[in-house]
Amino acid sequence: MSESSPTTSQGFSLRRGIEKVIDFTEPAVVGLIHLCGWSAIIFVMAIFFFVFKESLPAITGLEEGAIQGEVEQLDLVEFTTSPKWIPESAKKPTFGILALMVGTLSVTILSMVIAVPLGLGAAVYVSEFARGKPREILKVLIELLAAIPSVVWGFIGLVVLNPMLVDMTGEPVGLNILNAGIVLALMSVPIIVSVSEDALRAVPDSFREAGIALGANRWEMVYKVLFPAAKNGLLAAVLLGIGRGIGETMAVLMCTGHSVMMPTSIFDPVRTLTATIAAELGEAVRGDMHYHTLFLIGVVLFVFAFIINLTADLIVKGIKVQGNE
Amino acid sequence: MSNELKNPFAATNQERQARKKEKLIQLSTQFITWLLVIPVVAIIIFLVYKSWPALSVEFVTENPKVRMTAGGIWAPLIGTFFLVLVSLLIAAPIGILAGVYLNEFARDNWLTRFINLAVVNLAGVPSIVHGLFGLGAFVYFLGMDRCLLAASCTVAVMTLPVIITSTKEALASVPMSFRVACWNMGATKWQTIRTIVLPNSISGILTGVILQVARAAGETAPILFTGAMISSRVADSGWDAWVPYGLEDRFMALSYHLYIISTQWQNVPESFKFGTAAVMIGLVIAVNSISIGFRIYLRSRKKW
Repeated sequence: MSESSPTTSQGFSLRRGIEKVIDFTEPAVVGLIHLCGWSAIIFVMAIFFFVFKESLPAITGLEEGAIQGEVEQLDLVEFTTSPKWIPESAKKPTFGILALMVGTLSVTILSMVIAVPLGLGAAVYVSEFARGKPREILKVLIELLAAIPSVVWGFIGLVVLNPMLVDMTGEPVGLNILNAGIVLALMSVPIIVSVSEDALRAVPDSFREAGIALGANRWEMVYKVLFPAAKNGLLAAVLLGIGRGIGETMAVLMCTGHSVMMPTSIFDPVRTLTATIAAELGEAVRGDMHYHTLFLIGVVLFVFAFIINLTADLIVKGIKVQGNE
Repeated sequence: MSNELKNPFAATNQERQARKKEKLIQLSTQFITWLLVIPVVAIIIFLVYKSWPALSVEFVTENPKVRMTAGGIWAPLIGTFFLVLVSLLIAAPIGILAGVYLNEFARDNWLTRFINLAVVNLAGVPSIVHGLFGLGAFVYFLGMDRCLLAASCTVAVMTLPVIITSTKEALASVPMSFRVACWNMGATKWQTIRTIVLPNSISGILTGVILQVARAAGETAPILFTGAMISSRVADSGWDAWVPYGLEDRFMALSYHLYIISTQWQNVPESFKFGTAAVMIGLVIAVNSISIGFRIYLRSRKKW
């Protein structure tokens, strides 16, 4: 390397000096690059470790003051099966997350019912039918949809959708599963569109040509050739949308109505796991049962998200392997 | 019968129906796509319309006054700016080097698969769990207390996977032949990366990184317990107005400010809430269009 620069061969050259130093530190830099490369693993483990660590006293039991001297422990059966979440009760605090889980699931499922057909339809249009300028504009706008901060979505649900739903449904308040479902659907559409568009693009053009050559028109080709070939990627898109729905915090905090109850219709207000942490951790005293239980909810969310992302990833890897054959 | 004899290539009824169906599907998917996009445009117009009474230069440059019922949004705006800046300084080096590792060094083995899996999972961790992690790790375990630094660290961890992914993409767009040529000149791996790969991809990397971090700064959940505060005294002019928060100070942020004035605070004028939301969306559009413009510019300059 150093011999290849004849212009600086005479006397001392600062540039060459610097290069020498840089080359000398190469092993250190390469080591640093390796370390940073592993950072993702380190952080995933650190997240689980710290959130789990803060929640651990709830499971193993914590000493509630020296006066009573008795060990307070979270009842795990109650935690998973009771719909009652009364953390600050003076008499008998109850920590049951069933209603919260049902809240999270109902909002997520509704949002997927809305977002999956819209997202797949849009992906098919953008990847197979649209071309030229409109296609570029649509892609930019869908990207913009993904960039709107969740608190702004929550605000839109609160001040725009809320009165609209009151007018249309006649309910007294428009903050309910339907509201959060619509907002969440709009938030998860971009991820569904972009992942399923990738899946459709990953299908080789020879598949399309073969379909057209056999006399299929565009839609028959999409429906009978592309969908079966890309079905894993499409499934992964839906899973990632679900993951987004379960993990979303601020928008559902502002749009669901935030009351702990088992919903009976989509016009009922609910509360989700994420919103509960966001709303209550500020007030919970560090070290008491309420605080540790909120971290335990965090562990539950982490595990949900982990399973969903792992499944989606395995499914996508599945297509890649197939594609190589 | 006679018709068919005249033109053997005429479409049969079945074909005509299939074509009609195709047309119908195309129109409906087109309708669906625009249906998704139109509300965004409508919402933006609505926000600007509703916030019109408040929108002015003073709204951006003045601090919130009289329990947020007067003044503007300077204090949260500059807080968000510093959050982005510090997160960027923490996340960019780690993320870019990790991207370099994955694209240039990693072999196709179980460790690489494991790292990629971790990146995907890190990206999928709910933002509120990042907030819990920040509270447990930075605020309590490392003893930072709730402050700008702790919040920035939390946001940095959150943006790490997207930075890694966008860096990887930018690096992968540098043709393999460039590297091969450099190796053949006798350069080592690091020399190749430093003199050939990074200079050819750095602008792409930086656009991606800034875009992603700016996006993450709109998140509220991770900063909720790690440093954001409802109200903070910020000087109205001079140096202190430009650098109001030290690393150990708690700070106001635009996203948290919007949450507070739209749900917790009474008597805030309607136009202030809409104005804050409009400014946030305006910033998002600005950052996005700059990065899109830059991408187009880079593509036009590409030498290969």
